[in-house]
Amino acid sequence: MSRHSSLEFREDIRKMPYRTAQIRLVASHPEVYEPCDDSFLLVDALLSDQANLLHHQPRVCVEVGCGSGYVITSLALILGKQESGGVYYMATDINPHAVSVARETLNAHGIDADLVITDVASGLDKRLEKLVDVMVVNPPYVPTPEEEVGCDGITASWAGGEDGRSVIDKILPVADKLLSDRGWLYMVTLTANNPSEICLQMRRKGYASRIVLQRSTEDGQGSMIGSLLSQFPRFPFLTHGDSKKN
Amino acid sequence: MRLLTHNMLSSNIKGVTQGFPLQIEVTKSITKQVDFNPDFIKNMLVKVEWKALVEAARAMGYGELPETVEVGMVEDEDFLRKFHHALLEIHLEEGFLVCPQTGRKFPVCKGIPNMLLNEDEV
Repeated sequence: MSRHSSLEFREDIRKMPYRTAQIRLVASHPEVYEPCDDSFLLVDALLSDQANLLHHQPRVCVEVGCGSGYVITSLALILGKQESGGVYYMATDINPHAVSVARETLNAHGIDADLVITDVASGLDKRLEKLVDVMVVNPPYVPTPEEEVGCDGITASWAGGEDGRSVIDKILPVADKLLSDRGWLYMVTLTANNPSEICLQMRRKGYASRIVLQRSTEDGQGSMIGSLLSQFPRFPFLTHGDSKKN
Repeated sequence: MRLLTHNMLSSNIKGVTQGFPLQIEVTKSITKQVDFNPDFIKNMLVKVEWKALVEAARAMGYGELPETVEVGMVEDEDFLRKFHHALLEIHLEEGFLVCPQTGRKFPVCKGIPNMLLNEDEV
């Protein structure tokens, strides 16, 4: 009898919704970036913004550079299966191994998403133009020699070229093209990437920005910043106040 | 790769102006049963390029979709189920997506399309 109830208990645990992707269910591959501090920062930023996200009711969510799939899976879980029954998820990566791994991670959490091997959103930008309500990006932001940018395999996941801005500067116009008129972009940057300049640049295109979460990097040289850039017409933070850390 | 993915992809080769829809060359297709989710289906109905979906479904051997969609169909469950099947349950597992303008083939392996370009195509 007690065995029976413990089985039932386990069954209950299994049915309990996860708040974010479970590391033990995240697939891996030697050439794929594993969830690290920056991935956790981005997911924690999304979690701390959960109320805003739910209120926002996104219909189309895209992750550029999905790596292991940890972030897009977490986003889908944060939006909740019931509320997000109508949400379309799409994730891309330039690394074919990453896309296969992301597929496994999504499947392990029971999340449906479209996956495409491509550079940023090449091949998707025509059809997804102005359709994306939430875009999440943990870009390769580490300052490196320019020739390392977009290399095969795992290097592409961190190599950001001069000031770590090469890929970020490629992503920003794509984000501007894809985001709907109420679209939001969540992005991780490093102090070295000059995030205030990024915000200023996007402000000229009509985006408001806000730091959702900030953490010191391990080397103490600066901080990682999870920020949100949102289209002006629906700027909810004037009414919602600052987000609270969970 | 479900046909929803196909519906979102265009040929991204430099200079191509008529890159949508990509033609489908089937090596292997599979059918996966997916829970019927009316919310999702209705959300996607306004985002899908209908003609491209009809042609893609036909290329995959499914000819049950009507040629055009009318407003009232959103409430027609029989129609929504056919749309659901075509959009989410028919998968291109192995094959190619072919650029309609240049004939360039983008491979689909293990259900994942690869849209990466060679240097001379960017």
